Amino acid sequence: MINMKKSFLAMILSAVIVSDAQAEISDDIVKIGYLADMSGTYRDLVGPNGLAALEMAVDDFGGKVGMADIQIVSADDRNSPDVASSTVRRWLENEDVDMVAGFVASSVSLAAIEVIKENNKLGIVSGSIASSITNEHCSPNHIHYVYDTYPLAVGTARAVVEEGGESWFILTVDYSGGHELEAAVSSVVEASGGEVIKTLRHPFPTPDFSSFILQAQASGADVVALANTGADAINAINTAGEFGLTQSGQKLAALLLFLTEVHSLGVETAQGIQLTTGWYWDMNPEARAWADRFFEKTGVRPTMVHAGIYSSTIHYLNAVEATGSDDSQIVRTQMINTPINDMFATNGRIRQDGRMVYDMYLAQVKTPEESQGEWDLYKIVRTIPAEEAFRPLSNSVCPLVTDNR
Amino acid sequence: MSMVFGVPLAVLSGQLMIGIINGAFYALLSLGLAVIFGLLKIINFAHGAMYMLGALVTVVLFDLLSVNYWVALFVAPVLVGAFGLLIEYFLLRRIAGQDHIYSLLLTFGAALIIQGVLTNIYGVSGLRYSMPDMFKGGINLGFMFLPYYRAWVIVVALLVCFGTWFIIEKTKLGSYLRAGTEDSQLMQGFGINAPLLVSLTYGFGVMLAAFAGVLAAPIYSITPVMGSNILIVVFAVVVIGGMGSIGGAIITGILMGVIEGLTKTFYPPASSAVIFLVMVVVLMIRPTGLFGKEA
Repeated sequence: MINMKKSFLAMILSAVIVSDAQAEISDDIVKIGYLADMSGTYRDLVGPNGLAALEMAVDDFGGKVGMADIQIVSADDRNSPDVASSTVRRWLENEDVDMVAGFVASSVSLAAIEVIKENNKLGIVSGSIASSITNEHCSPNHIHYVYDTYPLAVGTARAVVEEGGESWFILTVDYSGGHELEAAVSSVVEASGGEVIKTLRHPFPTPDFSSFILQAQASGADVVALANTGADAINAINTAGEFGLTQSGQKLAALLLFLTEVHSLGVETAQGIQLTTGWYWDMNPEARAWADRFFEKTGVRPTMVHAGIYSSTIHYLNAVEATGSDDSQIVRTQMINTPINDMFATNGRIRQDGRMVYDMYLAQVKTPEESQGEWDLYKIVRTIPAEEAFRPLSNSVCPLVTDNR
Repeated sequence: MSMVFGVPLAVLSGQLMIGIINGAFYALLSLGLAVIFGLLKIINFAHGAMYMLGALVTVVLFDLLSVNYWVALFVAPVLVGAFGLLIEYFLLRRIAGQDHIYSLLLTFGAALIIQGVLTNIYGVSGLRYSMPDMFKGGINLGFMFLPYYRAWVIVVALLVCFGTWFIIEKTKLGSYLRAGTEDSQLMQGFGINAPLLVSLTYGFGVMLAAFAGVLAAPIYSITPVMGSNILIVVFAVVVIGGMGSIGGAIITGILMGVIEGLTKTFYPPASSAVIFLVMVVVLMIRPTGLFGKEA
């Protein structure tokens, strides 16, 4: 009885709060800030083309939600948490930005979401890897789209163990994102019956991998896994090819490869590598149609992050339109309550912890014979259902989840 | 199997070999820096950018004109060297005789501009350059698999290093160079065109960097930022060797490659720092570097 009374009271209270929390669009402008690495290591996989994807979403809304204009501001975070937090603070406190999109380096995202939370605005993280963003660092003020370490490990590592790759040598880039990926992979490998015989941490960036590849060869492991990305992954894969790593019977597993990197490696070098991806431009007609538009605008094929930025912005603007508000909590609730099925996601939904979960894919890089063109790079091997791909809420330490248990 | 500090001897031999290969690269790059500083007193922070240009020009020549590796090995350094001459003529010449810090800032700024413009054009994912067919594969040395290309890198890099040292230290042209940069007015008096010598020396130093860039093209990710990653290490090598010492740069380059290789075996996370650690120790004991002349 007391409980019923309590919940009734809570209902009334929340109704009052919601109606009170400006169910309107502040200053008649929906302002979106785009923050990403525009000139450094992660430029190609998010960068200026991510801004192009964001602009496509805004254009598809005709530049307006209801009566309100949509404006975009953008900045280069230079992969620096300091630059990121001061930029975001300026946007939110002085320039009336309502939502911040983009984000790549996890350290940048973790710094920026603190500022976003302080100002009770909304952040949509699309390019970062750290799964802690919606676990120990979750907040009611941000959403994590596209991917994190969990599906990368579950997708690639499990598949490789099932194919007989039992002993693992993991080559990890020595920063927090790499450590997190290494831990996630190790636990999946062990849970699937494999064994991690050695992990080795290399500095960021490492121009020459020959020494590490030699150690990987000497370890005798079935699988040499790369827990790194960007130029590091490209250099490591090239060097592994040069030193005949796969010819001598070892298997190379790349845990985080983006389309732009596979494109740079080429199918000759990268053929056969298995990887986990949330999206591939040629995976269905809807994706292809959008990728064609993107290609017209940018001259390249989009990565999963580019597509995720478009999809999440559309989802955000739909929520603003439906609620007639740009208040972060009203919009976030609406986004959580609306399932996502679009050119990007199948069976997508945003959980209480802010994690967007959807079906991910295990892909394999095509052979030169299979590849029909410059960007014809992946074939989808397997769908990883949303429930399997992401960390289950039962393992979450996010207070938004644990407080409601 | 015999072990050294818990590492099998075979693995250690492999790592020593790798160290020498990387050391040959360092030697080639630091040699150009040492030539430019030793003879011209210019701190060339654009050296990394020139290395990158060497690799990039190789790729672009191949993509546009199907210029093969062997031709690129000569043409790319010449083109980049000519670009270096332009920088020397239009920029560096104007600050000749000023404090070192001016050349440092000027070349650093030039490098940032070159890098930024090329990043806008080519992105950062890396361009692709296929290994020439004759270098595909390698030889099994028993303790390691040595790709043919790496063997070629050692041989050619050491030859170029030795040749450069020989020309500068042992020939008449070299003595002109050293004299011309020591006292250019006196040299002018003997009827030798000193400004031309300065330009050519800078161009030659830049060519060495570009040559290293061509050597790097088939094995490393070719991006507009590849030079900035390696530049600081190469500077440390030059400082350890003794600023301006040609022979010192070569020997220290190889030595640092080996030390870095061993660190990658015994404690990998420190491998990017170990060269700087050596630098600190050397500077404390010998402020002019291992092979530097006493100031």
